[in-house]
Amino acid sequence: MAALDPIFGIHAAALSVQSKRLQVLAANIANADTPNYQAREIDFAKVLSSTQKPIGTPSVQTLTTDSRHIPIAAQTIPNLDGLNLPYRVAQQPSVDKNTVDVQVEQSKFADAALHYQAALGFANGSIRGLTTAITGQ
Amino acid sequence: MSSFRVFDIAGSALSAQSLRLNTVASNLANADAVGSDPNSVYKARLPVFKAVYDQGSPDAASVQVLGVVESQTPADRRYEPGHPLADADGYVFAPNVNPVEEMVNLISASRAYQGNVEVLNTAKELALRTLTLGS
Repeated sequence: MAALDPIFGIHAAALSVQSKRLQVLAANIANADTPNYQAREIDFAKVLSSTQKPIGTPSVQTLTTDSRHIPIAAQTIPNLDGLNLPYRVAQQPSVDKNTVDVQVEQSKFADAALHYQAALGFANGSIRGLTTAITGQ
Repeated sequence: MSSFRVFDIAGSALSAQSLRLNTVASNLANADAVGSDPNSVYKARLPVFKAVYDQGSPDAASVQVLGVVESQTPADRRYEPGHPLADADGYVFAPNVNPVEEMVNLISASRAYQGNVEVLNTAKELALRTLTLGS
Protein backbone atom coordinates (compact mmCIF):
# COMPACT_ATOMS: atom_id res chain seq x y z
CA MET A 1 0.00 0.00 0.00
CA ALA A 2 2.71 2.42 1.00
CA ALA A 3 4.54 1.84 -2.27
CA LEU A 4 1.41 2.70 -4.24
CA ASP A 5 0.81 5.90 -2.31
CA PRO A 6 2.66 8.17 -4.75
CA ILE A 7 0.42 6.82 -7.53
CA PHE A 8 -2.97 7.15 -5.92
CA GLY A 9 -1.93 10.06 -3.77
CA ILE A 10 -4.71 11.70 -1.85
CA HIS A 11 -7.45 9.70 -3.59
CA ALA A 12 -6.86 6.51 -1.61
CA ALA A 13 -7.30 8.53 1.57
CA ALA A 14 -10.38 10.22 0.12
CA LEU A 15 -11.89 6.81 -0.65
CA SER A 16 -11.44 5.56 2.90
CA VAL A 17 -12.84 8.76 4.41
CA GLN A 18 -15.89 8.74 2.14
CA SER A 19 -16.49 5.05 2.72
CA LYS A 20 -16.44 5.68 6.46
CA ARG A 21 -18.80 8.60 5.97
CA LEU A 22 -21.17 6.41 3.92
CA GLN A 23 -21.15 3.94 6.79
CA VAL A 24 -22.01 6.55 9.41
CA LEU A 25 -24.78 8.05 7.25
CA ALA A 26 -26.18 4.58 6.49
CA ALA A 27 -26.35 4.00 10.25
CA ASN A 28 -28.25 7.27 10.66
CA ILE A 29 -30.77 6.29 7.97
CA ALA A 30 -31.09 2.77 9.41
CA ASN A 31 -31.87 4.19 12.85
CA ALA A 32 -34.37 6.78 11.62
CA ASP A 33 -37.10 5.16 13.75
CA THR A 34 -35.04 4.10 16.75
CA PRO A 35 -35.96 5.96 19.95
CA ASN A 36 -33.11 7.91 21.64
CA TYR A 37 -30.78 7.47 18.65
CA GLN A 38 -28.62 10.52 17.98
CA ALA A 39 -27.51 11.16 14.40
CA ARG A 40 -23.75 11.43 13.93
CA GLU A 41 -21.47 12.79 11.25
CA ILE A 42 -17.78 12.73 10.40
CA ASP A 43 -15.97 15.92 11.29
CA PHE A 44 -13.97 16.45 8.13
CA ALA A 45 -11.65 19.06 9.65
CA LYS A 46 -10.69 16.61 12.38
CA VAL A 47 -9.96 13.83 9.86
CA LEU A 48 -7.93 16.23 7.77
CA SER A 49 -5.82 17.29 10.74
CA SER A 50 -5.26 13.61 11.64
CA THR A 51 -3.76 13.02 8.17
CA GLN A 52 -1.35 15.89 8.61
CA LYS A 53 0.39 14.45 11.64
CA PRO A 54 3.57 13.11 10.09
CA ILE A 55 4.52 9.59 11.08
CA GLY A 56 8.12 8.95 10.10
CA THR A 57 9.77 11.31 7.66
CA PRO A 58 8.15 12.09 4.33
CA SER A 59 10.09 11.08 1.21
CA VAL A 60 9.71 14.55 -0.23
CA GLN A 61 10.09 17.76 1.71
CA THR A 62 8.31 20.94 0.77
CA LEU A 63 9.27 24.44 1.76
CA THR A 64 6.61 26.12 3.88
CA THR A 65 7.02 29.84 3.93
CA ASP A 66 3.65 30.66 5.41
CA SER A 67 1.81 29.32 8.44
CA ARG A 68 -1.14 28.42 6.19
CA HIS A 69 0.91 26.17 3.93
CA ILE A 70 0.19 22.47 4.33
CA PRO A 71 3.39 20.42 4.44
CA ILE A 72 3.59 17.02 2.77
CA ALA A 73 3.14 14.36 5.39
CA ALA A 74 4.49 10.82 5.28
CA GLN A 75 1.14 9.37 6.28
CA THR A 76 -1.67 10.08 3.87
CA ILE A 77 -4.14 7.45 5.06
CA PRO A 78 -6.24 9.16 7.72
CA ASN A 79 -6.81 7.57 11.07
CA LEU A 80 -10.52 6.78 11.12
CA ASP A 81 -10.72 4.84 14.37
CA GLY A 82 -11.63 6.45 17.63
CA LEU A 83 -12.66 9.67 15.95
CA ASN A 84 -15.30 10.44 18.57
CA LEU A 85 -17.82 11.48 15.94
CA PRO A 86 -19.85 14.57 16.80
CA TYR A 87 -23.64 14.45 17.02
CA ARG A 88 -25.84 16.38 14.64
CA VAL A 89 -28.05 19.15 16.02
CA ALA A 90 -31.66 18.29 15.24
CA GLN A 91 -33.55 20.83 13.17
CA GLN A 92 -36.89 19.45 14.32
CA PRO A 93 -36.53 17.68 17.67
CA SER A 94 -38.92 14.78 18.15
CA VAL A 95 -40.67 13.37 21.20
CA ASP A 96 -38.72 10.09 21.19
CA LYS A 97 -35.36 11.95 21.32
CA ASN A 98 -34.37 10.70 17.88
CA THR A 99 -32.42 13.37 16.00
CA VAL A 100 -32.35 11.75 12.55
CA ASP A 101 -33.77 13.88 9.75
CA VAL A 102 -34.07 11.33 6.93
CA GLN A 103 -34.08 13.94 4.16
CA VAL A 104 -30.87 15.51 5.45
CA GLU A 105 -29.22 12.11 5.83
CA GLN A 106 -30.25 11.02 2.34
CA SER A 107 -28.86 14.15 0.72
CA LYS A 108 -25.61 13.79 2.68
CA PHE A 109 -25.45 10.13 1.67
CA ALA A 110 -25.82 11.12 -2.00
CA ASP A 111 -23.09 13.72 -1.49
CA ALA A 112 -20.75 11.15 0.08
CA ALA A 113 -21.49 8.67 -2.74
CA LEU A 114 -20.63 11.35 -5.29
CA HIS A 115 -17.36 12.17 -3.54
CA TYR A 116 -16.53 8.47 -3.39
CA GLN A 117 -17.17 8.12 -7.13
CA ALA A 118 -15.06 11.17 -7.86
CA ALA A 119 -12.13 9.71 -5.89
CA LEU A 120 -12.63 6.41 -7.72
CA GLY A 121 -12.56 8.25 -11.03
CA PHE A 122 -9.27 9.97 -10.15
CA ALA A 123 -7.74 6.70 -8.97
CA ASN A 124 -8.88 5.08 -12.21
CA GLY A 125 -7.21 7.90 -14.13
CA SER A 126 -3.92 7.21 -12.34
CA ILE A 127 -4.15 3.53 -13.24
CA ARG A 128 -4.92 4.35 -16.85
CA GLY A 129 -1.94 6.67 -16.98
CA LEU A 130 0.28 3.92 -15.61
CA THR A 131 -1.10 1.40 -18.08
CA THR A 132 -0.37 3.77 -20.93
CA ALA A 133 3.17 4.23 -19.64
CA ILE A 134 3.69 0.46 -19.33
CA THR A 135 2.23 -0.57 -22.67
CA GLY A 136 3.40 2.53 -24.49
CA GLN A 137 0.15 2.84 -26.39
CA MET B 1 -13.26 -4.42 4.07
CA SER B 2 -14.96 -1.84 6.19
CA SER B 3 -17.27 -0.53 3.48
CA PHE B 4 -19.24 -3.75 3.63
CA ARG B 5 -20.49 -2.67 7.06
CA VAL B 6 -22.98 -0.54 5.12
CA PHE B 7 -24.67 -3.75 3.97
CA ASP B 8 -24.94 -5.05 7.54
CA ILE B 9 -26.37 -1.77 8.78
CA ALA B 10 -28.89 -1.27 5.98
CA GLY B 11 -29.76 -4.98 6.13
CA SER B 12 -30.53 -4.80 9.84
CA ALA B 13 -32.77 -1.81 9.16
CA LEU B 14 -34.56 -3.73 6.39
CA SER B 15 -35.35 -6.65 8.67
CA ALA B 16 -36.44 -4.32 11.49
CA GLN B 17 -38.75 -2.38 9.19
CA SER B 18 -40.17 -5.52 7.64
CA LEU B 19 -40.96 -6.84 11.12
CA ARG B 20 -42.71 -3.54 11.76
CA LEU B 21 -44.71 -4.03 8.55
CA ASN B 22 -45.60 -7.53 9.75
CA THR B 23 -46.92 -6.26 13.08
CA VAL B 24 -48.98 -3.62 11.25
CA ALA B 25 -50.41 -6.31 8.98
CA SER B 26 -51.17 -8.50 12.00
CA ASN B 27 -52.84 -5.64 13.87
CA LEU B 28 -54.97 -4.57 10.90
CA ALA B 29 -55.95 -8.14 10.09
CA ASN B 30 -57.14 -8.72 13.65
CA ALA B 31 -58.72 -5.30 14.15
CA ASP B 32 -62.23 -6.77 14.16
CA ALA B 33 -61.54 -10.13 15.81
CA VAL B 34 -63.92 -9.54 18.71
CA GLY B 35 -64.24 -11.76 21.77
CA SER B 36 -66.30 -12.02 24.93
CA ASP B 37 -63.37 -11.58 27.32
CA PRO B 38 -61.38 -8.27 27.39
CA ASN B 39 -58.21 -10.07 28.56
CA SER B 40 -58.07 -12.81 25.95
CA VAL B 41 -58.97 -10.64 22.97
CA TYR B 42 -56.17 -9.74 20.52
CA LYS B 43 -53.92 -6.87 21.60
CA ALA B 44 -52.09 -4.57 19.20
CA ARG B 45 -48.44 -5.55 18.82
CA LEU B 46 -45.63 -3.00 18.64
CA PRO B 47 -41.96 -3.67 17.80
CA VAL B 48 -39.25 -2.04 19.94
CA PHE B 49 -36.13 -0.88 18.10
CA LYS B 50 -32.70 -0.35 19.62
CA ALA B 51 -29.45 0.99 18.14
CA VAL B 52 -26.59 -1.50 18.51
CA TYR B 53 -22.94 -0.50 18.29
CA ASP B 54 -20.78 -3.40 17.17
CA GLN B 55 -17.42 -4.07 18.77
CA GLY B 56 -15.40 -3.55 15.63
CA SER B 57 -17.00 -0.28 14.65
CA PRO B 58 -18.16 1.94 17.51
CA ASP B 59 -19.21 4.77 15.21
CA ALA B 60 -21.97 3.21 13.14
CA ALA B 61 -24.94 1.52 14.73
CA SER B 62 -27.18 -1.14 13.26
CA VAL B 63 -30.78 -1.69 14.35
CA GLN B 64 -31.92 -4.50 16.57
CA VAL B 65 -35.49 -5.46 17.36
CA LEU B 66 -35.48 -5.85 21.12
CA GLY B 67 -38.86 -7.53 21.06
CA VAL B 68 -42.51 -7.12 20.29
CA VAL B 69 -44.67 -5.71 23.06
CA GLU B 70 -48.45 -5.73 23.39
CA SER B 71 -50.27 -2.44 23.65
CA GLN B 72 -51.73 -1.89 27.14
CA THR B 73 -54.65 0.24 25.95
CA PRO B 74 -57.91 -1.31 27.26
CA ALA B 75 -59.97 -3.31 24.77
CA ASP B 76 -62.80 -1.52 23.02
CA ARG B 77 -66.23 -2.41 24.48
CA ARG B 78 -69.05 -2.54 21.98
CA TYR B 79 -72.74 -3.10 22.66
CA GLU B 80 -73.86 -5.85 20.27
CA PRO B 81 -76.48 -7.97 22.04
CA GLY B 82 -77.15 -9.99 18.87
CA HIS B 83 -73.52 -11.12 18.54
CA PRO B 84 -72.91 -14.82 19.29
CA LEU B 85 -69.86 -13.90 21.43
CA ALA B 86 -71.67 -11.20 23.45
CA ASP B 87 -71.43 -11.52 27.23
CA ALA B 88 -74.40 -11.54 29.64
CA ASP B 89 -74.80 -7.75 29.35
CA GLY B 90 -74.71 -7.84 25.55
CA TYR B 91 -71.16 -6.50 25.12
CA VAL B 92 -68.35 -7.80 22.90
CA PHE B 93 -64.71 -6.70 23.23
CA ALA B 94 -62.81 -5.54 20.17
CA PRO B 95 -58.98 -5.45 19.99
CA ASN B 96 -57.29 -2.18 21.02
CA VAL B 97 -56.11 -1.65 17.43
CA ASN B 98 -56.33 1.91 16.14
CA PRO B 99 -56.52 1.62 12.32
CA VAL B 100 -55.38 5.24 11.83
CA GLU B 101 -52.26 4.68 13.93
CA GLU B 102 -51.58 1.47 12.05
CA MET B 103 -51.86 3.15 8.65
CA VAL B 104 -49.44 5.88 9.76
CA ASN B 105 -47.05 3.17 10.98
CA LEU B 106 -47.46 1.35 7.68
CA ILE B 107 -46.51 4.40 5.62
CA SER B 108 -43.58 5.26 7.90
CA ALA B 109 -42.24 1.70 7.80
CA SER B 110 -42.62 1.41 4.04
CA ARG B 111 -40.84 4.75 3.42
CA ALA B 112 -38.03 3.78 5.79
CA TYR B 113 -37.71 0.42 4.03
CA GLN B 114 -37.48 2.16 0.64
CA GLY B 115 -34.84 4.56 1.95
CA ASN B 116 -32.70 1.70 3.19
CA VAL B 117 -33.05 -0.16 -0.11
CA GLU B 118 -31.70 2.99 -1.81
CA VAL B 119 -28.75 3.00 0.60
CA LEU B 120 -28.07 -0.66 -0.19
CA ASN B 121 -28.26 -0.05 -3.94
CA THR B 122 -25.88 2.90 -3.79
CA ALA B 123 -23.41 0.99 -1.61
CA LYS B 124 -23.58 -1.99 -3.98
CA GLU B 125 -22.97 0.23 -7.00
CA LEU B 126 -19.95 1.85 -5.34
CA ALA B 127 -18.53 -1.51 -4.23
CA LEU B 128 -18.90 -2.88 -7.77
CA ARG B 129 -17.15 0.14 -9.24
CA THR B 130 -14.36 -0.23 -6.70
CA LEU B 131 -13.96 -3.88 -7.68
CA THR B 132 -13.59 -2.98 -11.35
CA LEU B 133 -11.09 -0.23 -10.60
CA GLY B 134 -8.49 0.02 -13.33
CA SER B 135 -10.31 -2.03 -15.95
